[in-house]
Parts: sequence; C-alpha cells; structure tokens
Amino acid sequence: MSSFTTRRIALTTLLIGAVGLSAAAQAAEIKIGVAEALTGPAAQYGNSIRNGFKLAVEQINASGMLGADKITLVIEDEQGKKEEAINAFKKLIFQDKVLMVFGPTLSNSAQAADPIAQAAKVVVFGTSNTADGITSIGDFVFRNSVTEADVLPVTIATAVKNAKIKKVAVLYGNDDVFTKSGYDNFVKALEAQKIPVTTTETFAKGDVDFKAQLTKIKATNPDAIVLSALIAEGAPIMVQARQLGLKVPVIGGNGMNSVKIFDMAKGASDDLWVGSPWSSQNRAKANNSFIIDFTQQFKGVPDQFAAQAFDAMHIAASAIKKIKLTGNLAADRAALRDALPTVKWTGATGDFAFRRATDKAGKPAGYDAQQLPIISVTRGVQFEIVK
Amino acid sequence: MLAQQLFNALSLGGVYALFALGFTLVFGVLGVVNLSHGAVFMVGAYAALTAVNLLHWPLWLSLAFAAGVSGLVGLLVDVLVLRPLRARNAPHLIPMIATIGLGIALNSLAQGLFGAENRRFPPELLPQGTLHFAGLDATALELGIILLSLVLMTVLLLTLGKTQLGRALRAIAESPKAALLLGINVEGLFMLTSFAAAALGGVAGVLIGLYSNALFPLMGQPVLHKGIAVIILGGMGDIRGAMLAGLFLGFAEVLSVAYIGSTMRDAVGFGLLFAVLLMRPKGLFGSTQERKV
Repeated sequence: MSSFTTRRIALTTLLIGAVGLSAAAQAAEIKIGVAEALTGPAAQYGNSIRNGFKLAVEQINASGMLGADKITLVIEDEQGKKEEAINAFKKLIFQDKVLMVFGPTLSNSAQAADPIAQAAKVVVFGTSNTADGITSIGDFVFRNSVTEADVLPVTIATAVKNAKIKKVAVLYGNDDVFTKSGYDNFVKALEAQKIPVTTTETFAKGDVDFKAQLTKIKATNPDAIVLSALIAEGAPIMVQARQLGLKVPVIGGNGMNSVKIFDMAKGASDDLWVGSPWSSQNRAKANNSFIIDFTQQFKGVPDQFAAQAFDAMHIAASAIKKIKLTGNLAADRAALRDALPTVKWTGATGDFAFRRATDKAGKPAGYDAQQLPIISVTRGVQFEIVK
Repeated sequence: MLAQQLFNALSLGGVYALFALGFTLVFGVLGVVNLSHGAVFMVGAYAALTAVNLLHWPLWLSLAFAAGVSGLVGLLVDVLVLRPLRARNAPHLIPMIATIGLGIALNSLAQGLFGAENRRFPPELLPQGTLHFAGLDATALELGIILLSLVLMTVLLLTLGKTQLGRALRAIAESPKAALLLGINVEGLFMLTSFAAAALGGVAGVLIGLYSNALFPLMGQPVLHKGIAVIILGGMGDIRGAMLAGLFLGFAEVLSVAYIGSTMRDAVGFGLLFAVLLMRPKGLFGSTQERKV
C-alpha cells in the first residue's frame, strides 16, 4: 500500500511538472511512521489500529487542513515482538526519516522500542500502550491511550456499586508486562476501595486450560473475578469458568475490551465489566460519524483500538498544523514535540488533552492522556454503558 | 474440590498426551525430532474449522478431514524435506533445524490465509451443557479427549506390538539398513508413519482448539514446548511413555496450582521432570537408546 501511494504521488508530481505548474509541486509529503503488530498474536489489535490511522489520514488529506501538504504513512509490521519493534523504529527513524512514529502495539514492545525514539529526539506516540512507566521514558514519549491506572479504579468502583460485590478473586497473566501491570493496578484499586481478595491465581501466555485455577477460585466463593488478561486467554477463561458453574461477574482490563469476546466466548460472554475511553454505544456526534465512516471503509465495526488510533492521528495532524515545516528534519521533529502537548481534541473517544507524566525520579517526562473512562458491561452481543 | 482438580488433571494430561503421541511416533520410527509438529497441529485445527464453516460438515467428518489434511502435510514434509536429507546422510541436527523452518513457513501460510486474529469453532458443534456427577463439572469434550487419547494409545500399541506392520516398524526403528536388507519397504513405511503421526497431530489440534476456544496461527507453539518435555520424559519414541508422561505433566501442573500456587506451576511441573530425568536419564520407558518403539 505504502509503495503504491508513493508511486502515485511520484506520478502525480511528474504530471504536474510536465504541465508546468511547478508551484503546485511545492506540496510536501509529510512522512509519518507506523510500527504496529500486523502479524503474530497481537495482530488483531495492530490491524484495527492501522485501519484507524488510514481512515484518519484520508480524512485529513481530503480536508486540506494541512494546506497542500499531504500525510503519507510508512507502515512497518513489528509482530508484537520487542526485537522487531526496535528494528521497525530504527528503520522508520533513520532510514525512512519520518517526522514522528506511531506505535508499537503492546506495552511490552513500547518499553523496548520507545527509548530508540527518545534518543533520536523523535516523537513516539502510542495509541494502545496502557501499562505504567511508558511515558516516564522521556519527553518525546506521548500516548492517548488512557492508562490502566486511571481506568481500573473506576471499573471496579462501578461494578462493585452495581453488582453488589463484597469480595473478589484475582486471576492474571504473570508473564506479560501489560497483564502484570493491569494486575498491579487492580490490586492498588482493590486495596484503596477496601475490597478483600479471596485468592490470587496466575496463568501464562499460550495456556489452553485454566480449570485448575478456576476450580480453586470457585472454592473460595468470590462475588466476582478480577481478570487481567488479553483476549486470547481471557475468552477461554470466561468459557471455562461458566463450564465449572462459576457464574459471577468478571471485571476485566483493557485487553478484554473488544467485540471479539462475543464471538470467542459465545454463550459465556455475559457479565464482563470493562472500562475504556471509547464505547460503540456512545452516541456523541464525533463518535457516530467515526463509526459510520469506519464501517463503510472497512466493512466491519471498529473497536477501541481503531478509535484511539483515529483520534491520535487527528491529534498529531492538529499539532503539525500549528508548526511551520522547514524541511530541516531535526528542527521539524523538535517543533512537533513542542506543539503536541498544547493540542486539545474532541473525537471518537470524547474530550482529550495531554497530561504531563513524571519519570522514576519524579521529574517531568512524557505525556499521558487526560480522559474519563466509560464503564460497560456485556449483555447478549452488546457492551451496555453503565453510569 | 480435590475430585474436580483430579478430573481437570486427567483432561489436561489427555491434551498433552494426545499431542505427544504423534510427536513421539515420528521420533521412534524416523529418528527425527519433528519441530513442525506444532504447525501441523495448527493446520489440523484450521482444516476442521474450514470444513465446519465453509462446507458445513458435521464434527466427525471435519475431524476426519483434519486428520487427512494434516496427514498429507506430514507426508509432504517427509517426501520433500526429510527424504532428501536422509538420502544425503545429513547429520541428526539438520532435519530438526529444517522442520523449524517448515513450522515457520506453515504458520505464516496460515496467517496469510486465515488472518492473525483468534478464531473459534461455532459453539453449536458440541453439546454445551456440563455434566454433573460425583460433585464434578465435566463437559462432553473433556471426556472425549480423555477417552480418545486412551483409545489412540491402545491402537498404536497394538499395531506396533501385534501386527506385521508393527514388527516392520520396530525393525526399522532398530536399524533402517537391516530392515531394508530384510526386504522391508523402508521408505514406504517412513511415509506411512509421517502421515499417521501428522494425522494424529491434526486430530489433537481440532480437539484442543475446541477445548481452548482459541484458534490462531501460533497455537501450536506453546503445546510444542510442552510436547517436547513430555516425549523426553516418556522416553524418546515410546508410546506408553508419551501417554504416561502427558498425564504426569497434567497432574503435576494442576496439583501444583491447587496446593502450592499457580505462580509455581511451571516450576513444579518442570522441576519434577528434571528430577525424574536425573534418576532415569532415558525417560520413564526409554530403556536403551536403540530400542525406540
């Protein structure tokens, strides 16, 4: 796709040159790097994200908001792996010389690859990294994904209030940065809200059988299961829990917030509580038009990851609009970095602003999202918004 | 709770054993650690998914289809890759490395054809209810997995022990050269073994795909790692060993979750495996290096 676009642009430029309209050929190509997991276990997130970007870029280029300049995406597959994410970042930054980089898909990879962008003084913008400590890497690290630290306390409080939960069991994947960080935040929130934990169990990526843990959980008689998992394990966990007669609510993190749950845990997907900045049931105008445009373009419904990517690209474009591109790459990259934090945006995920994050020593570092989560619960094949 | 955990262990052990049976068969006869077995397992699952979704075949027919397709893939692996390597007397490690490459190629192919996202079999395929007896919650599928792994093991054992075909296979396992001199069609039996082992792997893929409700191109990898441990523990190439070691790993994992804690699961499972191998370096049934079947 990207080579096709480049060719088309080259061809257009050539034609314009031939006709003699040399002034119009001044239109600059703004190259933006995208490194997402397009293959591998995280590909279902990565492909959603890529589609969100594509839709936004088409709208931005068609609207003429950047004058004659057009955004071109340079897309790399980082396979959901740390090493590949590092390679993709290096290629985009040093070889393709992009203005900024979006990605990577998983927090795990962001921990490894974001320092490359920080060292090269290039803005790196995560749309799906919700683990702690990503934006503490440095002042070039941005994200519009609301962190689990902000979402999970609200999810728990809402579920506890609505489903009369007194005590919970905790189950999490302990071999993944994202699910482990989700667990840490769940524990903090449970402690803060003084909700006793009956037992804490773990599993590993790629497990197919969770009945040993679930049987143990069932014996402790909890009112709900707090689950920090990605959907590949989370969906079978819900099915197997229901098979064992464990029919309590499941309180999930970001990884469980996908319409895939209705397919993968068909018949066992009810009563899953999740919080997220985006909901397909949110009828705000910006979100409605996003859902309609996305569905038309990709013949499928968007999810949270597409929505966040879509908003992120618009946020970046708003920042690019504020600066004057000089053609000096280092200067342009720095100018973009300075313009981004001032952007305010209302999009598919609602009102958005950046919030300064701090590093481990407490000094100002990158930027997190400042947004309120929407809490939903699954009923049938819908996420229903809960107030 | 103990009864339920013992049942969980039995069905998890059945899952491991089912995968390990084909894996160990190839090693027993061909002397190759076939690391594409995980990918073949995945091919079986996707073949059945296609049969169910596109051709609307019933489960038993889809299962047979999966066995056929993966068997064919196994056969091709033997004819196109392993046989040329045998003909050139390639050292032991080469076929193993080649099968790693094949596994990656098959995974990528599946990703290209089916996409990387998780798929599942339609739930209508199986009776959805759970059976309650003696304080247990069991699904028909779990009972099926336990039964089928036992049946397949028995069939394999009887074939190898009591039939002319089995005697020929054991002769090959002793020495392919001697078997050839005795007039046994060694290459033909290699092909048959590759087909049968891969078909078993495909069946395991379907059943485990049904069990976990998550089909994805890399679904064979974690099972492959456990499978390697299982066939080493059982004694490389030994059918009874693979079955028992599969059950052993299932019990070790489930009971360590139940009584020690789930964070210690792999530490306990693989720690026990290590301890057994310290005492019996050839595995539970691997009495001598030469006798493999």
